[in-house]
Amino acid sequence: MAHVIDNPVLTVEHLSMRFGGLLAVDDLSFMAGRQDITALIGPNGAGKTTVFNCITGFYKPTEGCITALHENGEKFLLERMDDFKIPKIAKVARTFQNIRLFGGMTVLENLMVGQHNPLMIASNYTFGGILGLGGYKRAEKEAIEFAKYWMAQAGLMHRADDAAGDLPYGEQRKLEIARAMCTKPKLLCLDEPAAGLNPRESEELNKLLLFIRNEAATGVLLIEHDMNVVMGISDHIVVLDYGKKIADGTPEEIRNDPSVIAAYLGVPDEEVEEVEQEIDEIEEGASS
Amino acid sequence: MEYFLQQLINGITLGSIYGLIAIGYTMVYGIIGMINFAHGDIFMVSSFIALIVITALGVTVSTGLGMTFLALILVLVSAMVIASVFGWTTERLAYRPLRGSFRLAPLITAIGISIVLQNYIQITQGARVKPLQPLIADGYTLMTRVDANGEFAVQISNMQILIIVVTIVLMTIFSLIIAKTSLGRAQRACEQDRKMASLLGINVDRTISTTFVMGAALAAVAGLMFLLYYGVIDFFIGFIAGVKAFTAAVLGGIGSLPGAMLGGLVIGLIETFWSAYFSVEYKDVAAFSMLAIVLIFLPQGLLGKPEVEKV
Repeated sequence: MAHVIDNPVLTVEHLSMRFGGLLAVDDLSFMAGRQDITALIGPNGAGKTTVFNCITGFYKPTEGCITALHENGEKFLLERMDDFKIPKIAKVARTFQNIRLFGGMTVLENLMVGQHNPLMIASNYTFGGILGLGGYKRAEKEAIEFAKYWMAQAGLMHRADDAAGDLPYGEQRKLEIARAMCTKPKLLCLDEPAAGLNPRESEELNKLLLFIRNEAATGVLLIEHDMNVVMGISDHIVVLDYGKKIADGTPEEIRNDPSVIAAYLGVPDEEVEEVEQEIDEIEEGASS
Repeated sequence: MEYFLQQLINGITLGSIYGLIAIGYTMVYGIIGMINFAHGDIFMVSSFIALIVITALGVTVSTGLGMTFLALILVLVSAMVIASVFGWTTERLAYRPLRGSFRLAPLITAIGISIVLQNYIQITQGARVKPLQPLIADGYTLMTRVDANGEFAVQISNMQILIIVVTIVLMTIFSLIIAKTSLGRAQRACEQDRKMASLLGINVDRTISTTFVMGAALAAVAGLMFLLYYGVIDFFIGFIAGVKAFTAAVLGGIGSLPGAMLGGLVIGLIETFWSAYFSVEYKDVAAFSMLAIVLIFLPQGLLGKPEVEKV
């Protein structure tokens, strides 16, 4: 029943993550399309953030294989890379549930930190930067232009020189996404980007994410509880419960999947067998 | 009045040297929240390197001005490079393996490294003080006063001018690096959130190493200046100068670059004025009392940002 994708940007194969006696992620396999918005959903404690932490190098998975694929066919085994190389070389960026901006720095500087690596090379590891060589100045100017481009997309132009910590919550969220985009990722992983946003801000977030998919041609993998966001913009949904994948498909398929409904809403005790039977039938139907 | 001016000049010179060392403490504290107690000894080692290179080049006061200048640049560069290697190695061997450990662990190794460096120099260079003939002589007389007590002249030596100018230039360069370059932004990012910085592709370990190297390079400049100014060094100068510079960093607000410079100046001035008007014996007591008083009323230091309690 795995949703097959022709041109994935990320493949996760048989991923397991064990913390002592707790199996947080259990034999999870899924793919994320290159120009898709893939949503990872599930009840609290289903292991979604653990999957993110494995993808971005916070945890070394107990078992399994996580691969990032670029258009030119290059493959990167993420579970074997140092954490800073995942955004630098494999081009996978992420944000967190809680906001982690550099609060003391301005909005523009936050976006410039995202472009650290190309600037470091352009400045000959700072020596050229001190001497003010032409190459560095040009690179710096380009970096500012690129930062402005994402500031405009996130609607933060008027805030460029304000300290990031002084922005209202909704703008901080968008700045985080813009900063992640400044690393020029192939895959952007967002952990609950809509958490705490009001409906208008959530609408703006949807637009920004669609822009990232359509115009910046970047794959998005997101964890989200806000079903407006999930059902509204995702192309593909993976549902986790207790670390296991219980469904994988388009929003339509997921909406009508009884196992997903059972996991989310729970079922009364007397109906458990009934539902299980139904699930078995569907699984048989899918495998046959 | 003339006496005051003279002491002011002396105080600023001394303060510049403290300030240069204090920057190393403050930058390292800013980025990894650790007091690098071995920093004063890097300063001491670099003054020995400077002495060795000067002796090897055979520079004396009779060498021509141009040649002395060239030689001193060579001395400065070699002292900076070798001190940087010391700084980098210290970080790599003594602090990086302990980065995930409890907070006290790197502090203890720092003290260990400090003792190692002191003993290393004591064994290889001997415990006696090493003198150096003054290389940069002369100076300018700014004003003279003749009265019943005799003649009193306010003088600024070429050496003092050199120290103050070099300090201003280096401070400007380093402030620009921190404020304007990508490296500086990365350092500030690591200061605030190391994990997030690494998720934006910043090599955090390398950024921290660079910070140690920058601090050590500045300490090397201070080491050379100290050697040229005082003309005597021994294996223990790092301790006293280190404690003073650390005091300066705390006084100015640890983690703040201009704070370190200001703290250095304040400590240098207090010491000089106290020795000039009261007693030389109690100059350190005066400097450290000042620290205690400032910390009681301004716990974050003169220019430090107050710690905001997160709820």
